[in-house]
Amino acid sequence: MKRLFFLIVLVFLVPNSLYPVSYNSDPKIFITELVEDAIKTLSDDSLSIQDKNQIIEKIATENVDIKALGMYSLGDLRKTLDAKTLNEYQDLFKKYFLKSLTSRLTDYSSQKFEVTGADQKSEKYTIVNSKITESNTQPEIKIDWRVYTKDPLKPLIRDLIVEGLSLARTQREEFSSILNSNNNDIKVLFSKLENFISN
Amino acid sequence: MRSKKLYILICSIILVISSNANATTEKECFEKVSRGIFKFNQGLDNLLLEPAAKVYNKLPEPVRNGTGNFTSNIATLLSIPNHILQGEIRLASHATGSFLVNTTIGVLGLGNPAAALGLENQKEDLGQTLGTYGVKGGCYFVLPILGPTTVRDTVGMIVDQNYLDPFARVTWHEKEINNISGNKLDYVGIKGVSAVDFRGENMTNFESLEKNSLDLYAATKSLYLQNRNKKINNSTESDDDWGNLDK
Repeated sequence: MKRLFFLIVLVFLVPNSLYPVSYNSDPKIFITELVEDAIKTLSDDSLSIQDKNQIIEKIATENVDIKALGMYSLGDLRKTLDAKTLNEYQDLFKKYFLKSLTSRLTDYSSQKFEVTGADQKSEKYTIVNSKITESNTQPEIKIDWRVYTKDPLKPLIRDLIVEGLSLARTQREEFSSILNSNNNDIKVLFSKLENFISN
Repeated sequence: MRSKKLYILICSIILVISSNANATTEKECFEKVSRGIFKFNQGLDNLLLEPAAKVYNKLPEPVRNGTGNFTSNIATLLSIPNHILQGEIRLASHATGSFLVNTTIGVLGLGNPAAALGLENQKEDLGQTLGTYGVKGGCYFVLPILGPTTVRDTVGMIVDQNYLDPFARVTWHEKEINNISGNKLDYVGIKGVSAVDFRGENMTNFESLEKNSLDLYAATKSLYLQNRNKKINNSTESDDDWGNLDK
């Protein structure tokens, strides 16, 4: 009885934000719910910046295929790295991605978002179309979401295509440029990622 | 004068042919120099364009919309011959209709009544036209003030500026067409306003890109090349790009 009491108290004391966030498995509804959740969080004045970042990072960790995105960004070099280096890279990439994502979302959070359609490209991928409506400092922006649907019950975001420009591809070409100009030395990329994370 | 133009045309054709034969858009012509010019352009942006765009964004919305419409209407003049060269007669007639309606009913292009009439106004230039003919971009480099480009797009820009763009003919080249005349200052002024309008409209995008890039030069290059490919092919990246990851 005492144990049950503690369990009930614990359940009510744990903040809602620490529960796993689950969204609809239909890609279109999935993106709608996820972005609405993110915008609601970022525009909630009762939350501190740290709380906001924590919630956004949690949403992203559960709903973005960060591991695949990291591998994609690394390009062909991923095939030649040993497991230990790859793990180190994945760890740094995750931190870099979450910081960068939070920053980007904060930049656009004051604007209105609308999902306009979805196009199933294959069994694995659905492109969800959306737009951010026009504001004083920004024209209307079309954003397509590449949703990975290999597990139809758990869709994952793999890329954001802003006005036809893929953020994942841009990131991959940035990484490739850093690696190419440093004899494919992964340590240089690690150092750049660490700098970004700590600044 | 005539021989100078012929020289420009011949050089342009040689450049296009050579870029088509041996280069891909991934390659750089001279990266170190380009990175230096990119830094110079960034300095210029910080010093002039960004502050001007910030002031511009404080203007009332109708003023900004009118300015954007005005410069966009002038740019339509270049799109018309390029639509024709691409065999897009429907789009060429849309662009012509858009220019005529906006210049007259829209009061010199300040308004955009053509959009309400359903007339499409897609921007085209010779770089895109050459791209639709299958001419590859050639190597990538950065020009002072003008920014990112490729061999194909530079050649396109030179030919546009010297032959295809009626606005450049009237202003920069000071040729009178149907009693309409202008001068170099008009050309530079309109291009400057157009740049400020674009910079102002994309303030958040520029700030976000700058803040979140590990290598801003490479990110800008990637975005430029993706954008040009999208405009030429009217499509985005293929699934194969990700397909390789799942194998």
